[in-house]
Amino acid sequence: MDQSNGMKTGTELVKRGLADMLKGGVIMDVVDADQARIAEEAGAVAVMALERVPADIRKDGGVARMANPAKVTEIMGAVTIPVMAKCRIGHFLEARVLEDLGVDYIDESEVLTPADEEFHVDKWPFTTPFVCGARDLGEGLRRLSEGAAMIRTKGEAGTGNVVEAVRHIRAITSQMEALADMTDEEQADQAAMMRVSPELVKEVASLGRLPVVNFAAGGIATPSDAALMMALGCDGVFVGSGIFKSSQPTAYAAAIVEATTYWDNPGVIAKVSRGLGEPMRGKEIGTLEPAERLAARGW
Amino acid sequence: MTVPPTIGVLALQGDVREHLVALERLGVPTRSVRLAEDLTGLDGLVIPGGESTTIGRLAERFGLLHPLRSALADGLPTLATCAGMILVAGAIVEGDQPLLGALDVVVRRNAFGRQNESFEMDLDVKGLDRPFHGVFIRAPWVEKVGSDVEVLARVGDRPVMVGSGRIVATSFHPELTDDSRIHRLWMEDAGG
Repeated sequence: MDQSNGMKTGTELVKRGLADMLKGGVIMDVVDADQARIAEEAGAVAVMALERVPADIRKDGGVARMANPAKVTEIMGAVTIPVMAKCRIGHFLEARVLEDLGVDYIDESEVLTPADEEFHVDKWPFTTPFVCGARDLGEGLRRLSEGAAMIRTKGEAGTGNVVEAVRHIRAITSQMEALADMTDEEQADQAAMMRVSPELVKEVASLGRLPVVNFAAGGIATPSDAALMMALGCDGVFVGSGIFKSSQPTAYAAAIVEATTYWDNPGVIAKVSRGLGEPMRGKEIGTLEPAERLAARGW
Repeated sequence: MTVPPTIGVLALQGDVREHLVALERLGVPTRSVRLAEDLTGLDGLVIPGGESTTIGRLAERFGLLHPLRSALADGLPTLATCAGMILVAGAIVEGDQPLLGALDVVVRRNAFGRQNESFEMDLDVKGLDRPFHGVFIRAPWVEKVGSDVEVLARVGDRPVMVGSGRIVATSFHPELTDDSRIHRLWMEDAGG
């Protein structure tokens, strides 16, 4: 928005800029003010305000929706760090409500039950920035084309199993590397296949990375998991059920923050991982029914 | 031939890469600082944007807080942007978090508001002949300025860039644009 004094809000630079400030950090799922304060105290760079963490969404079943506005407001009032919240895929009205509440980022998330089977939210008209999940480069670039200002992997939330997030970041990285070796014509073919503009593909090929921040999300349960995702080239990590489903959330939260900063220092990771107690129980991906595979939501 | 100064960028969390790029554009050798020993032999330090609570708590837990306080007190030239401005401050208006206390200012966090109020605008900066494009993300402002601190830029009547000898602090992010003039100005004024 253009204001008379020359201040412009909601610009691409300002939206992508907040994600830049989160780099090297951990964004934690929280369901109330107490958890939000534990997360902030542990060094989280932001919190994700939720009604239930993904592990409980899996357990409880039913339709998962945007958190109640009272819940989001409670969490916003409890901490000074940015607060994110999730809307259902394609549910632009939930997104408008979250924007009205003043959340700092909206996650258009496959963890909630999708509201539209054809369209994701058109994110350009919003002042509030969006983060979206991606399993591969094409999916990430389609979300950027719709106005997302930050990307994350789409690992299987609530499983405590990092394998899917690893698959996604490896896919994105190898597809970007392949682009760099292509002729202009081959890049244009790729763009057509991915259903995005050739200019966007060209930009990614010349940068050698996404033009926005790319976080890891889904299944990260231990300090070593967080460090692994950083080593694979992610800019930071989301941790969902991994913290508040562990036996010692306060210690887990701090240890994951520390391992994310010192991801290339195994000595630090070993030190911070000592005496943490039990991580969340976790699930083998092969045991999930197809309908339980959240990453398959969205396209 | 003189050896160019090495500038460290505090790399605990935040937009470290953008500062490294801005400095490299000026041909300056850089080093990421994550441990106390990384401070040895530096000619200047950048404290980047990020979350000040996260950076402060990590500095505390990994034994960097005291070495940083001493280095800044001993005159290490420092450019502090956004979260950096909060960290170098003597005090903040509300809240309890680790600070370096190197600059005699009181800073208000998130002073311009939340993300929906984040903005960009051209600023007049003392020492620059053309306006500088400032990007403000959930930005702080300086609420009280000590007697040795000079205001270098304002938004309305709020100080958003201040300096005192070798320390310069900005509410905005000079590292988010392709313009390295603030970095250069700081290095020249700090005698780098």
